[in-house]
Amino acid sequence: MPEVDLGTTPLRTLNAALHKLRPDTNERHWIIDHPAGRHAIAAGLDAPITVEINGPVGYYCAGMNKLASVLIHGSAGTGVAENMLSGFVHVAGDASQSAGATGRGGLLRIDGNASSRCGISMKGIDIVVKGSVGHMSAFMAQAGNLVVFGDAGDALGDSLYEARLFVRGTVKSLGADCIEKPMRDEHIRALHEVLGRAGMNGEIDPSEFRRYGSARKLYNFHVDNAGAY
Amino acid sequence: MVKLANTELPAMCGIVGLFLKDPSLEPELGRLTEGMLATLSDRGPDSAGFAVYGKGKSGETKLTLRAKSAAAMKETADRIGRAFSDANIMLHDTHAVVGVEDRSVPRLLEWLTSEASVEIVGRGKRMAVFKEVGRPEKVSQRFGLAGMHGTHAIGHTRMATESAVTTDGAHPYSTGKDQCLVHNGSLSNHNNIRRTLRREGFDFETENDTEVAAGYLSWKMREGLSLGDALKVSLDDLDGFYTFVVGTENGFGVLRDGIACKPAIMAETDRYVAFGSEYRALASLPGIETARVWEPEPATVYFWER
Repeated sequence: MPEVDLGTTPLRTLNAALHKLRPDTNERHWIIDHPAGRHAIAAGLDAPITVEINGPVGYYCAGMNKLASVLIHGSAGTGVAENMLSGFVHVAGDASQSAGATGRGGLLRIDGNASSRCGISMKGIDIVVKGSVGHMSAFMAQAGNLVVFGDAGDALGDSLYEARLFVRGTVKSLGADCIEKPMRDEHIRALHEVLGRAGMNGEIDPSEFRRYGSARKLYNFHVDNAGAY
Repeated sequence: MVKLANTELPAMCGIVGLFLKDPSLEPELGRLTEGMLATLSDRGPDSAGFAVYGKGKSGETKLTLRAKSAAAMKETADRIGRAFSDANIMLHDTHAVVGVEDRSVPRLLEWLTSEASVEIVGRGKRMAVFKEVGRPEKVSQRFGLAGMHGTHAIGHTRMATESAVTTDGAHPYSTGKDQCLVHNGSLSNHNNIRRTLRREGFDFETENDTEVAAGYLSWKMREGLSLGDALKVSLDDLDGFYTFVVGTENGFGVLRDGIACKPAIMAETDRYVAFGSEYRALASLPGIETARVWEPEPATVYFWER
């Protein structure tokens, strides 16, 4: 099991070693110590490995992740798991703004709070936050699920497309074109499935969540507006 | 430094603040602040500056003066020493901190009006302000930051966007006695507000947006608002994106704009409260592993005072 101390090994050396791994590598479990908030740790992974990071990370940790599991035993800076394609990223602490931004697949689990713009422009990623999320979360979110155990800040789901938002606590305000929608059995089942993949089955009753989605009045051209052009 | 292609606006800059609760850390203030600033060199390699709040002496006022060169500063400082027998002068490269008895302040200010090449960058009981062009770690070394003691400090590393790379464009900007401001972001209506403030009798040395923010706060306080209230009303009048850290005689305050565009993170332990643009800046502080770490809320004024 490779162990890398970022107090002594340059970050570029670590990332280059991770990028070189082939899908059939035997070095499948990496431990990284003393991250000290450095940026872009374990970004751009493309192999079915597990990377454990002991401590807080900076910007874009596990960005563009594919196949890998990245476990952060600390908090994460801006853009954790940004544009993730597949795999699993787990933040044991809090995440800064734009967590999971533009993500296309995979699952991002945050045990603490996420800051503003969580899931901005998400395109298929599933994001589960055990705490609360800040303002402008799921802005222009297109696909995937954002699940929030706590509260959501101002302007949740502004200019939302087809992502599904589940919030258990309060929502400070809804953004333009975002509305509450009924929580039917199919949604409870879908949420149950996401929680299962996040390793949280049985932790919480999916029926306690409320569902928010797009009113679909903003993103389609409406013929009544033809005169405006 | 590779510029990351993302949705961030180009003004980077780094800001830090450190407020000590534990007096036994006071001899370490400069060393800790230097470490925080050096870490944020990547965010702002053009210039750096900091304000340090040291021990005040009852009945004494400190002026921080800046000259074009260390030699020019020394020459002026020598003449101040001859003209003012009560002057207590500490030279720091291009800057000098001159302590004089309160009653000598008007005479010293009058004396300085004939010194065209010397500028007053800070004034107060405890505050000393230093700023220069250059990489932050170099700037800190030139001024001997690591050796400075005190209760709190704020600092800035600048990546210039709104005005030129000059020492005048470097932060902090003084907003009043023992008060100064550092800023990360950029204001879009600074020209308009500068015009308003000029009508109100304020002078501006630069085209810099932060100088306008500092002037705006001074104006509001001149009209009778507390610093906290001045920060609150600034949310209505200042357009743009910003994180402000303000140093006062007894503490420091933090304010982010309503969108919270610019990054900010804080840490608190029994021994200190620290502010950084990024966690990296806090990573070398003692006991950070167990500190309470959080992001300040947008449009919310935070204050720590002793």
